[in-house]
Amino acid sequence: MVKRVVVGAHYGARDWLVQRVSAVVMAVYIVVLAGYELWQPYHNYDTWTALFSSQWMRSFSLLFLLGLFYHAWIGVRDIVMDYVKPTVVRLFIHVGTVLVLVLYGIWSVQILWGM
Amino acid sequence: MKFRIYRYNPETDAAPCMQDYELDVAPEGLMLLDALLLLKEQDDTLSLRKSCREGVCGSDAMNINGRNGLACITPLASLKQPVELRPLPGLPVIRDLIVDMTQFFKQYHSIRPYLINNDPPPETERLQSPAQRAHLNGLYECILCGCCSTSCPSFWWNPDKFVGPAGLLQAYRFIADTRDQATSERLDDLEDPYRLFRCHTIMNCVDVCPKELNPTEAIGHIKDMMIKRMV
Repeated sequence: MVKRVVVGAHYGARDWLVQRVSAVVMAVYIVVLAGYELWQPYHNYDTWTALFSSQWMRSFSLLFLLGLFYHAWIGVRDIVMDYVKPTVVRLFIHVGTVLVLVLYGIWSVQILWGM
Repeated sequence: MKFRIYRYNPETDAAPCMQDYELDVAPEGLMLLDALLLLKEQDDTLSLRKSCREGVCGSDAMNINGRNGLACITPLASLKQPVELRPLPGLPVIRDLIVDMTQFFKQYHSIRPYLINNDPPPETERLQSPAQRAHLNGLYECILCGCCSTSCPSFWWNPDKFVGPAGLLQAYRFIADTRDQATSERLDDLEDPYRLFRCHTIMNCVDVCPKELNPTEAIGHIKDMMIKRMV
């Protein structure tokens, strides 16, 4: 019997890099937002709307959210790799996670540009 | 001194259990392995591996008070009592403190732990400069005791797919070797979400290595080389 080892998917480094880059994007966004909070601590509906009405802030927020979703995808996939062994269950969780994250992406655009 | 030792004989025991032992010795100047051999005189069914008794062969790796290490170079006086001894975690137990290291060595073999060089062999040796040779320091000293890989959760969950810190340290030992010509193939072989990238840099391997080597750093160098050739 030939004992095959099914490895060699050739996308390890790319995902690893994307996870790092998305982490940096998220960190920068959080620092910028926290900095804004410190600079302008009092908020009401009007100030929030003013902040998110600029295309720049909307785009930066979308970049943050997309980074978060891709980051989450790799993280969830890694957890599933460790703890979920049956292929069917794993595939189900993978597909479910991807669909939910894509939906979140669409929803994010609606929220950011629908305000 | 008090000891609690994991006992299991799959042929006769339904389940493993911890057995208490007492030894009347002064711990100063003794290593844990000395104590274990004295205990084995008391109870010759107690099974363990040992060979060189000086931290070179890596046979007597075990889990000592919750931490992987070599019994032969662990001073008895440094241990809290009762000294709790278990086999290396994550590997099948053959008996008592003896584990089946097949999976560990399979991963080691998978990285092709030998020089690959297709040039005709020179008259004398394949030479390296002192600086090139210095790159191998901290890599070649591994004794394959298995302390690092068996303290790595990623290796516990995926011992068949994740190479583990010991194997990856050796992989880098050959990737870093200027006499080796298979660098790209070696990187190809590890470019996979499992084989290398199950490492999440928790550094348990560095923490336990009895030879004070740094597999995490070697894994980082492999990642760097992959990124370098990718971008």
